[in-house]
Amino acid sequence: MSHTKETKTKNMSLNRRSFVKGLGVATVAGVSGFPMILKASTGPIKIGVTTINSGRVAILGETAIAGMKMVTDEVNAAGGIDGRMLEIVVRDSKGKPDEAARMNREMVNNEGCDILLNAEASGASFAVNETARDIKKFCIHSVSETSSLTADPKNRVDWVFRCARQGIHDAVGGGIYAAKIAQQKGLKKWGTCSPDYAYGRANTAEFMEYVKLFAENVELATETWPKIFQPDYTENITALLNNRPDALYTCLWGGDLVAFIDQASLYGLFDQFESFAVNLGDYPIVTAVKQLPKGINGASRYHKDVPDTQANEDWYKKFRSRNKALPTNWSWANDSAMRFIVAALKETGGDTDYKRLAKATAGRTIESPFGADGTLTIRGEDHTLVNYMVAYGKTVSQEPYLEKITKTDWKDIYVHEADWKKRNNYA
Amino acid sequence: MVDVDALATCAANSACLVNQATSGLIIGMLLFLVASGLTLIFGVLNIINFAHGSFYMLGAYFAFTAYVATQNYFIAAICGAIGAGICGVIFERFIISRVYGQNVLMQLLVCYAFILILDDIVKIVWGAEYLAMGIPAEFRLPPLRLFGGYIPPLYLFLIISAVVIGFSALFLITKTRFGKIVRAIAENPSMTAALGIRVPLYLAALFALGCALAGIAGALAAPVRSLTPGMGLGILVESFIVTVIGGMGSIPGAFVAALILGLTRSIGSVGFPLFVDGAMFLMMALVLIFKPTGLLGGGGVKR
Repeated sequence: MSHTKETKTKNMSLNRRSFVKGLGVATVAGVSGFPMILKASTGPIKIGVTTINSGRVAILGETAIAGMKMVTDEVNAAGGIDGRMLEIVVRDSKGKPDEAARMNREMVNNEGCDILLNAEASGASFAVNETARDIKKFCIHSVSETSSLTADPKNRVDWVFRCARQGIHDAVGGGIYAAKIAQQKGLKKWGTCSPDYAYGRANTAEFMEYVKLFAENVELATETWPKIFQPDYTENITALLNNRPDALYTCLWGGDLVAFIDQASLYGLFDQFESFAVNLGDYPIVTAVKQLPKGINGASRYHKDVPDTQANEDWYKKFRSRNKALPTNWSWANDSAMRFIVAALKETGGDTDYKRLAKATAGRTIESPFGADGTLTIRGEDHTLVNYMVAYGKTVSQEPYLEKITKTDWKDIYVHEADWKKRNNYA
Repeated sequence: MVDVDALATCAANSACLVNQATSGLIIGMLLFLVASGLTLIFGVLNIINFAHGSFYMLGAYFAFTAYVATQNYFIAAICGAIGAGICGVIFERFIISRVYGQNVLMQLLVCYAFILILDDIVKIVWGAEYLAMGIPAEFRLPPLRLFGGYIPPLYLFLIISAVVIGFSALFLITKTRFGKIVRAIAENPSMTAALGIRVPLYLAALFALGCALAGIAGALAAPVRSLTPGMGLGILVESFIVTVIGGMGSIPGAFVAALILGLTRSIGSVGFPLFVDGAMFLMMALVLIFKPTGLLGGGGVKR
């Protein structure tokens, strides 16, 4: 009896000791974050995305997410990154900078996102840029085209990149293209009609700067600045008609551009001026305008024939087979951004450390259907995308909507971009 | 800030005058239609319908669907008005009537929630892509030329339609039995109910009328304004300015204010392009300071 009691006491004592030991180990492991490490190394790699997924620009978020999902589905179907699946966590910021900043913090702190893919327009992108700097998370901007986001050294963050068009690249390409036509047709008096906010002002100034640089005697005769999302452009159209410029430039975009073209067509505006629209060549726009006027000079944002390669054609078909929406400029940019993330993750072996991912991304070149020579590069010195298609064409009312495509040689863009950087003290 | 030379040049040029006058009229008259619905609802129900722009959006989308099915612009416009009116009744009966008599903040919250829900529903049903009806075949004509200026035939039709519809609504309110009952409800709902009149039915009908006016404005403008979820927000702000300047509850006031606003936008784009919106809000502020009831307002539905 006494032996039994002793044994029982010993067992209990052992149990108590084991329990205390176990508790100690558990506490140490808990404090040291062992469970998170274990979970992190086996669980999915979470990529936090904020975008505009509602309201007038909901198409931005919808088609951007469709683009990135094409890549994550492909990678996950092939077994993920060293067995870890990619998971996209999407939040709708409605394009509000404060919301975008808050959501990105929450996605990292509360939902364990390892990487940020910022599919925001320019206003919110600057806020996310500073958030990524503060919380030290690897981030790629995949929508904002405002040049200073990556060109201005003040905004630069070692672990933040841009995989999207850049205003200055389109301005040089558009300027060269428009100047050639201006000289051929003697277009001297120019008018502009662009949205009255940072992007519209900067983009229009850059475009006109390069038209003036490449063509002689060009003068800006009239400017009209409708508000973003303005429903009626009649006052702007009649202001243009009254001033009778030889040529018109607009960087209106999305539904605003659709409304502007419809309303301007009523006045026969496109029969009177040579017109240039940098944001025209996107499928949802050219298909939305029911009577697309012939002969408008439109930049190609995304087009299945620009570049005219089998890889681009295949991507277009794949996108159409998976989505109700037509592909946009935001679709290819986000597909590409996700491919850069995947390439970096493969190099780090799935490690999401911001410094290692940044090192793996700076200067990286990937094969891509959207590259001017079949490749895209994120430049090391300013962390921005180069070598994508910069091209203009003339509209036709039916498929393919843009014809007589003229591509800009990136050698020209590099030369003028370097000069622009010097003038703005960015170099 | 004011380019006097540009204004003088335009004033001396008949083409410019015609262009800017047409521009002012088209902007103003479509605003008048939307604002007359807003002011009507406020005048009787004392409700500021912050969701009014959503009915403008619904009218445009219903019209788009009807146009795709029938290829008839006029049927599409009627469908837009009816669809927005029916949705207005549902909104009034099931949502906004719950906050009658409550403070403005509560009404604002309810309306804002409704706007967000409706925007998402539109996105689910019609998609997030930009939709455009395109110019109806009967209006695909070159612009009319008058003293060197341009007048698109579609705009001529829109201006005339907006005036006729807006003043028909005024006639309905001031000269018919329905209007008398509605005005009686505005004065004293309890007494009107005591006379055996089904007040909720009339309130719903009035709300439907107000929403139908917004709906038909959206439908009529659909050929020239791209359709996107959330498109009602922009027109809502301008409609409020019109309603405040014209006088809450006054349809003639809405007409005068819409005309002033349209011409301000039109002339402003020539003479002070950087201060067009500023000028509109400045006018609103001045009216609020010197005549808070608005130019032709006096509380309640204007008789």
